[in-house]
Amino acid sequence: MTAPRTPLLTVDGLTHRYGERIGCSDVSFQMFPGEVLGIVGESGSGKTTLLKCISGQMEPTEGSILYASRDARDVEVYGLGEARRRMLMRTDWGIVYQNARDGLRMKVSAGANVGERLMAIGERNYGDIRHQAEDWLTRVEMDIARMDDLPATFSGGMQQRLQIARNLVTKPRLVFMDEPTSGLDVSVQARLLDLVRGLVSTLGLACIVVTHDLGVVRLLSHRLMVMKGGRVVEHGLTDQVLDDPQHAYTQLLVSSILPV
Amino acid sequence: MTTLTDGDMLHARNLSKHFVLHNQGGIRIDVFDDLDVSVACGECVILAGPSGSGKSTLLRSLYANYKPNVGSVLVRHGDRIVDLCTAEPHEIVEVRRDTLGYVSQFLRVIPRVPSLELVMAPLMARGVSEDRARERSQVILDRLRIPEKLWSLPPATFSGGEQQRVNIAMSFVQDYPILLLDEPTASLDADNRKTVIALIQEAKARGAAVAGIFHDAEVREAVGDRNFEMTEVRRAA
Repeated sequence: MTAPRTPLLTVDGLTHRYGERIGCSDVSFQMFPGEVLGIVGESGSGKTTLLKCISGQMEPTEGSILYASRDARDVEVYGLGEARRRMLMRTDWGIVYQNARDGLRMKVSAGANVGERLMAIGERNYGDIRHQAEDWLTRVEMDIARMDDLPATFSGGMQQRLQIARNLVTKPRLVFMDEPTSGLDVSVQARLLDLVRGLVSTLGLACIVVTHDLGVVRLLSHRLMVMKGGRVVEHGLTDQVLDDPQHAYTQLLVSSILPV
Repeated sequence: MTTLTDGDMLHARNLSKHFVLHNQGGIRIDVFDDLDVSVACGECVILAGPSGSGKSTLLRSLYANYKPNVGSVLVRHGDRIVDLCTAEPHEIVEVRRDTLGYVSQFLRVIPRVPSLELVMAPLMARGVSEDRARERSQVILDRLRIPEKLWSLPPATFSGGEQQRVNIAMSFVQDYPILLLDEPTASLDADNRKTVIALIQEAKARGAAVAGIFHDAEVREAVGDRNFEMTEVRRAA
């Protein structure tokens, strides 16, 4: 049952500088379909810069990002025109932001937040759109009765689940998540993680999760990249990196977790 | 060399492992050096040696949970042979999904996930239907005497023995060609120990290669075919 392994995303020599300051430096890796990659590091390690660059939100200073589009052609993400890149981000990709306000439209209802992504890819039948929105809100364990409410009236955990529904409704192949659980209560975190874990495995999504929480990556990711000072200092199988860290910084990171 | 002798399922060659503790003054701990161990189809090899001789480190290295510094761990995976020391993470994930089962001493609890679903997960990951996965999981949980009323609960609040049995169920719910067992009977009572012995014997009978650490003499005698003696090489340099 070996699936053909062609990379979905190939990042090569990616560097981003903010003036003189290094955001991230010389990062290279590949993503395969169905694979979950965790990126960990402390604040300022460059992990969010890296995520912004590879998710089409910020053009890197150097390096290339190749994406295997659905028609099986590799496209250079920043070689696409603005319009095509936006289309890619709306259809093939999903981005779940740390702050739900960055990922949701706060002035329209929950149902419209989900339906909007479908309209953006050309769906016009109101009944279908509403039906799919309902389906997705149910899958992220939201109460359909709240469908016509504004996201501002939701709790933090509900807003994150709404973001996930909004992203997954177009059946993306690659989802980027930036600290998806930080700022949530621990019990809400566990529920969200369990939801994400289930969706990723049933939908076969490829997913890149940036977090400072090693528990999150142990639960979700197959593979782990550890960043420090803009560089990747260690990269490998998640449990191997966490249980047998080779780099001094990873050893420090792993040994700094407070036991519960 | 990347070949396995006929009948061998796993072969660790020239395997060395040390830890360097960078944040403790770079102290180096040598665990083992130039090990050679193989496990054949239908055979159970017992990793033997005193506490601290590196048995668990070896077992974890065979599962690619630890990264050996030198050598190879060849595994027969379907019709391919994979070296876990050089394989890409996605290949190791695949080998663990289809070929290599591992029972650790402790269950890593996942919040909120019911025990039954934990046991079903490895089957579902291989594409087994939900109904079939549930059926097989119920059978193994029942056999390991986990009361049905606990199936819908996450194991976080279970006793040590119950958690360990959920852990064992997760690895014995499907027929892994290779099983690595780290003290699977450590916190079990006599009846459950007998059940685990029977499960290991059944696995061997269907051709599984088993390597394990067993504290219990009764279990060792019942399942072991030969010992692999670990010599004391651990030292700080």
